[in-house]
Amino acid sequence: MKHVIIGAGPSGIVAAEHIRKFDQSATIVIIGDEPEAPYSRMAIPYHLIGNIEEEGTYLRHKPNHFNDLDIQLINARVDKIDSVDKMLQLSTGVTESYDKLLIASGSRPVSPPIPGIGEPGVHSCWTLEDAGAIAALAKPGAKVIQIGAGFIACIILEALARRDVDLTVVEMEDRMVPRMMDSIAGNMIKDWCLHKNIDVFTNGQVTEIQKAEGNHTFKVSVKTPDGVTQLDADLVITATGVRPCADFLEGSGITVDDGIIVDKNMQTNVPDIYASGDVAQGKDFCTGEYAVQAIQPTATEHGLIAAQNMVGLEGAECGGTINMNVLDTMGLISCSFGLWQGVEGGESCQLVEKDKWRYLNLQFDDDVLIGATGIGYTQHVGIMRGLIQSEIPLGKWKNKLLENPLQLMEAYLACTQSAAIQ
Amino acid sequence: MQMSLVIDANKCTACLQCEMACSYEGEGVFNPTKSRIKIFPFHEEGIFVPYTCTQCDEAWCMHACPVEAIVLNKTTGAKEIVNDLCVGCKVCTIACPFGTVNYNADSGKVIKCDLCGGDPECAKACPTDAITYQDANWTGYDKMKDYAAKAMPAK
Repeated sequence: MKHVIIGAGPSGIVAAEHIRKFDQSATIVIIGDEPEAPYSRMAIPYHLIGNIEEEGTYLRHKPNHFNDLDIQLINARVDKIDSVDKMLQLSTGVTESYDKLLIASGSRPVSPPIPGIGEPGVHSCWTLEDAGAIAALAKPGAKVIQIGAGFIACIILEALARRDVDLTVVEMEDRMVPRMMDSIAGNMIKDWCLHKNIDVFTNGQVTEIQKAEGNHTFKVSVKTPDGVTQLDADLVITATGVRPCADFLEGSGITVDDGIIVDKNMQTNVPDIYASGDVAQGKDFCTGEYAVQAIQPTATEHGLIAAQNMVGLEGAECGGTINMNVLDTMGLISCSFGLWQGVEGGESCQLVEKDKWRYLNLQFDDDVLIGATGIGYTQHVGIMRGLIQSEIPLGKWKNKLLENPLQLMEAYLACTQSAAIQ
Repeated sequence: MQMSLVIDANKCTACLQCEMACSYEGEGVFNPTKSRIKIFPFHEEGIFVPYTCTQCDEAWCMHACPVEAIVLNKTTGAKEIVNDLCVGCKVCTIACPFGTVNYNADSGKVIKCDLCGGDPECAKACPTDAITYQDANWTGYDKMKDYAAKAMPAK
């Protein structure tokens, strides 16, 4: 049996290792289009800060790890999938056959349609190569404009600030991290950034990036409700979201919506072809619908389940993954889980402590926790996931939480360890 | 023989010796906020519940780690943080559905119970045997696993 995996990110690597656990004799091939050893994009900000060397971003650290597991790594891009003859066309000109195929090709940054976006000196922050280019330009005193204030944008803010650059963030929505944080939380993060001497324009739009003569590389036009401002910049970073890498699937017969549509077994509509991670549109636990999540825990959970199905294990199904994120914006730590926006007919409670940079919001449907947002909390936060995913009826503890949302751990213990407590 | 922490909440008096011992062993300070084991009081019921990682088989934290900084200690069964590799991304803190991996802002790393390498200080510090370290096959461990299972995410 020959298993081929497209993509050397967390989902693909976890899947390959898991396949090996179940099948000692299978041929396992991973095809990745970046030249470095398999690494984690999540670790790039820490590399940019200088906390870790490039090796610190690697997904696996043992020398010969992949050799020892007899997993072959090929550095190439897959240009085309021929699902009839079960053959892949690689950018290197060679073909690769497969018996079972996993597409874990991840996602890539969206490039906003702004005049000048293609100029040298405008970068996304997605690959190790991008990080190198940003590090070279983000010198002390450099003027840096970051387009977008989403998750990735926020996570690299600290890396940039620590390089002593003069930083401005421009976000189209009315708050920071709009797809992960509600209005109170998103604005609290904005206030935190302002407090840390980062300029933030919300409801702002970069309309043009012009090459400039003189001391700075660019003149950047920013449109806000108050008018248009021109800002100098030496480096422009775009962080306006990502989308699945699925362009190469055209003509393959594989159904792609926002991402590759997969069933509970992570299988696509084409026999023997599976998909996982950022590129897959899998089941969302909270909504029951199929959506691209593009987060690390989902990538690895998908990878594990896909692997089990590829080796033919019965009953390996994905009951749905929870959309969740944790974010460190220059030391202010925030997280959100599940249906943090709430649902119609649901109830919610919140504790806002702006002077302490703390916020907690819980969302309920009947007496079940379905979503949560936190800022400034770092202890036992995983319990929010636990309560959402286990759908534990909170009973009388729901009212206690409505009065004091900080009692989440107590609620969890009382509802799961009742034998000990009553 | 695999050993595990066995917790009997009915014997806990909330003296917090376990939290002191844990934080001192793990972080070199007597500071309950740095403890990997935590006592949750239920004043109305008059009960105190010691709570820490059960070293679950699913190891959500370990699988979620993007840089292989959480590893299995094959001798103790503990999932251990490798400080030199942890970048402090905190993904494990949201991935663990039991809420037993915490971020320590002072070190910029996460902390969780590692069974002290097979000689847990909390159990030694506990004066009432509310926390003991025993053969994992002992029935108490199954009971604890049952508690945990109720909170296990639906598959």
